[in-house]
Amino acid sequence: MKTPFPFSAIVGQDEMKQAMVLTAIDPGIGGVLVFGDRGTGKSTAVRALAALLPPIEAVTDCPVNSADPADCPEWAAIIDRSITTRPTPVVDLPLGATEDRVTGALDIERALTRGEKAFEPGLLARANRGYLYIDEVNLLEDHIVDLLLDVAQSGENVVEREGLSIRHPARFVLVGSGNPEEGELRPQLLDRFGLSVEVTSPRDIETRIEVIRRRDAYERTPESFLAEWQPRDAELRARILAARAALPDVRASNVALHDCAALCIALGSDGLRGELTLLRTARALAAFDNAPEVTRDHLRAAAPSALRHRLRRDPLDEAGSTARVTRQLAEILP
Amino acid sequence: MTPFDETATQPGPPPASPAPWDRVALAVTLLLVDPQGLRGLWLRARAGPLRDRVLKALAPLHPRKLHPNADDGALYGSLDLAMTLAQGHTMRSAGLLSTGGPLLLTMAERCPPGLAARLGQALDTPTPPLSLIALDEGAEAEETLPPALADRLGLFLSLDGLPWQDSAPITLAPGALSAARARLRGVTTPPEARDRLTRAAHELGIASARAPLLALACARAAAALRGHPHLTEADLTTAAELVYSHRAAPAMDSPPEDTPPPEPPLPGDTKTEDSADTRSEIPEDILVAAARAALPPDLLDRMALARLARGQQTRGTGAGAALRGKHRGRPLPARPGRPSDGARLDLVATLRNAAPWQPMRRAQLGTARDPKRLIILPSDLRIRRFEERAERALIFAVDASGSQAVARLAEVKGAVELLLASAYARRDNVALVTFRGTQAALDLPPTRSLVQAKRRLAGLPGGGGTPLALGLERAAEVAALARARGMTPVVALLTDGRANIGLDGQPGRAKAAEDARQMARALAQSGTRAVVIDTGLRPQPALNELARALQAECIALPRANAAQLSTALAAALDG
Repeated sequence: MKTPFPFSAIVGQDEMKQAMVLTAIDPGIGGVLVFGDRGTGKSTAVRALAALLPPIEAVTDCPVNSADPADCPEWAAIIDRSITTRPTPVVDLPLGATEDRVTGALDIERALTRGEKAFEPGLLARANRGYLYIDEVNLLEDHIVDLLLDVAQSGENVVEREGLSIRHPARFVLVGSGNPEEGELRPQLLDRFGLSVEVTSPRDIETRIEVIRRRDAYERTPESFLAEWQPRDAELRARILAARAALPDVRASNVALHDCAALCIALGSDGLRGELTLLRTARALAAFDNAPEVTRDHLRAAAPSALRHRLRRDPLDEAGSTARVTRQLAEILP
Repeated sequence: MTPFDETATQPGPPPASPAPWDRVALAVTLLLVDPQGLRGLWLRARAGPLRDRVLKALAPLHPRKLHPNADDGALYGSLDLAMTLAQGHTMRSAGLLSTGGPLLLTMAERCPPGLAARLGQALDTPTPPLSLIALDEGAEAEETLPPALADRLGLFLSLDGLPWQDSAPITLAPGALSAARARLRGVTTPPEARDRLTRAAHELGIASARAPLLALACARAAAALRGHPHLTEADLTTAAELVYSHRAAPAMDSPPEDTPPPEPPLPGDTKTEDSADTRSEIPEDILVAAARAALPPDLLDRMALARLARGQQTRGTGAGAALRGKHRGRPLPARPGRPSDGARLDLVATLRNAAPWQPMRRAQLGTARDPKRLIILPSDLRIRRFEERAERALIFAVDASGSQAVARLAEVKGAVELLLASAYARRDNVALVTFRGTQAALDLPPTRSLVQAKRRLAGLPGGGGTPLALGLERAAEVAALARARGMTPVVALLTDGRANIGLDGQPGRAKAAEDARQMARALAQSGTRAVVIDTGLRPQPALNELARALQAECIALPRANAAQLSTALAAALDG
């Protein structure tokens, strides 16, 4: 397998990169939704993120990447209980995947050839403790969306079919990408994503040339290109690890809480998930900046991606939510 | 100084476009030189001797065939259930994507988004090397390759309208191909060449960053073929012609929705940054000119529309017609079949079917096998079936003629907007057909993107005659298209019923009304449900007659109360 394009070498798209780094610092923020044109580096960023993330420690044979042998599900026939490090799983959920492949199902091979009732884990099991990536998430079939909503909410995958009764942990960061011109996303699923970012093709020619220059160098001379960029990826990885360690100690003052609430009220976002995500995101950002406390700057930087998809939206409003968030930000958090 | 620099500094006249068949032959040869770098070819042509000629030339690649209905088993490899049962031990079949190599996708216009997504992902990963020849046999402009693939495949050829006499077998001197392939690694790329290709893409309004990379690969293949040690002007022109021309946004006279947002001009960089207004005055980059000249402009316009039309075809909820599905819905009796990715094994039915034969089969196979084990043969396999509802496509046929007073047209727009909002809630697809003057236009092909629908509607001008029959004809076409995609079409006709332009575009009230009734009957006969909304100030008896011909209900648009209309329409459609 070829080494993916380095995360630090992605030109521009700062909001997308920031959102992905923040979910790496605090997976509790929830997923990232990336909406934008084709060929703007959405998939590249997700694959690069996988290579950037620090590896996890997991039981060697465990199908759900459990950290502790005691946490392994009892249905899994585990022989090797030793702990190995493996890359953070980033699992692709392709369009048109069947329910069986997503949740797992009866292992027909073993049932028919050996007469055993065994469970064959699906994509959700593999994605536990990692990322689940759905390209063209807005074209996903509705019944798979329902299933994902349920699992993303409970953090547990329950399979009750064909005489099987299986449950296993499925906690993952959902990363979705898509092109809004091709279809809308259901509000329920939209709400499940912690952050949402909009990417566009770079408008100025120099940036575009730089994109092509780097990509071409990566394809033509991968060794020297990676040698140039991997130290920067390592630096970023170290910063993410430091931020993870610092995260519990980042304070959020009452003023910051007040700002969050005021902003969400002004925007009329549904429910309280907006405030909570905004605060978590700002906190992760503060940790990333090595700041002891959440400041207004952090809130301002986190607000567009944390809130733009939560506004009660007139489906026909074309002004876009980003403009509304920016306007309220200028008013509430001057 | 490289030879490239000398030629680059002096902008010459735009190159004469090569003869169409030469272009085809060149593209095919370049694909043979570097299938992996170019990622593949989008070949738009009906089956015929011309296409056979192209495919024959591509035969040295030994592409393996892929069908649009290929399931995950065929792509990634799977347990071969039938063989496993016959052999008594696990047998796996190899997948097309896991082994890589050139693939030939037949009937690519029918390629479902799921398959396109998988192929796109495989094309993005360098190992195993993959290239794809997509045979797009689409008859209509709307039937075309999914955008996820169109963006990734380097080359595009359209054989439509190419006369057979102009073609010739595509042959290469023996050894030329292997020599070109050997030279490919050694071709050097001057940074200026790369930057110029990127600039040209930018000027052509190509947003995707994949295009310049594919054009670079194309230029390198061309240089290798021609024996140039580095990229020359001719190689770059070839790349622009073959890779950019079909991706370019329609040049000038198309509606603004179809072109990407105008680029903000950069200070001090006037040569490369030109907006749509100045594009005709500033001499275009030679590469841009080459790309523009390579394909007929009407083809480009149609393709831009088709890009919009190619929304999504996923099966969702909605109150559509019943559809035999394999995934979900109300269960139907199981039937014999092989489980594949699209069909799930009905275990209970399979076992029930196998049970009565067990003593016989054991006797037949002897006692060597475990007497407790079930012996299941491939013929016992039963798969599940479900009945599900198809998606609905709501087609608005809106009368924008002069008899619709301007104020009334605004009300109609308001009503349609409300209906759109309810369509959004129900996850319906919507399409917009408008008719006025002497023509009917499909302003928006079936889509779920409501923002687009709204935008088209807001910019709708009024005035002119009422070509009711033409509007109905167009709506029927859209309905047929939607049905072909597995959706259930419903037509909502908003008009005052005062038809005065006939099918032939000639004025005349009686003829126009008769034509409209005829079209209405044809629409009803095709089984399309419809509803007529009377937007006139006074009820028109002709409209009631039309509604009867459509077998549709006729609802008067309540004055200044679009909300009521929405309710009435919803009731009529669900009834």
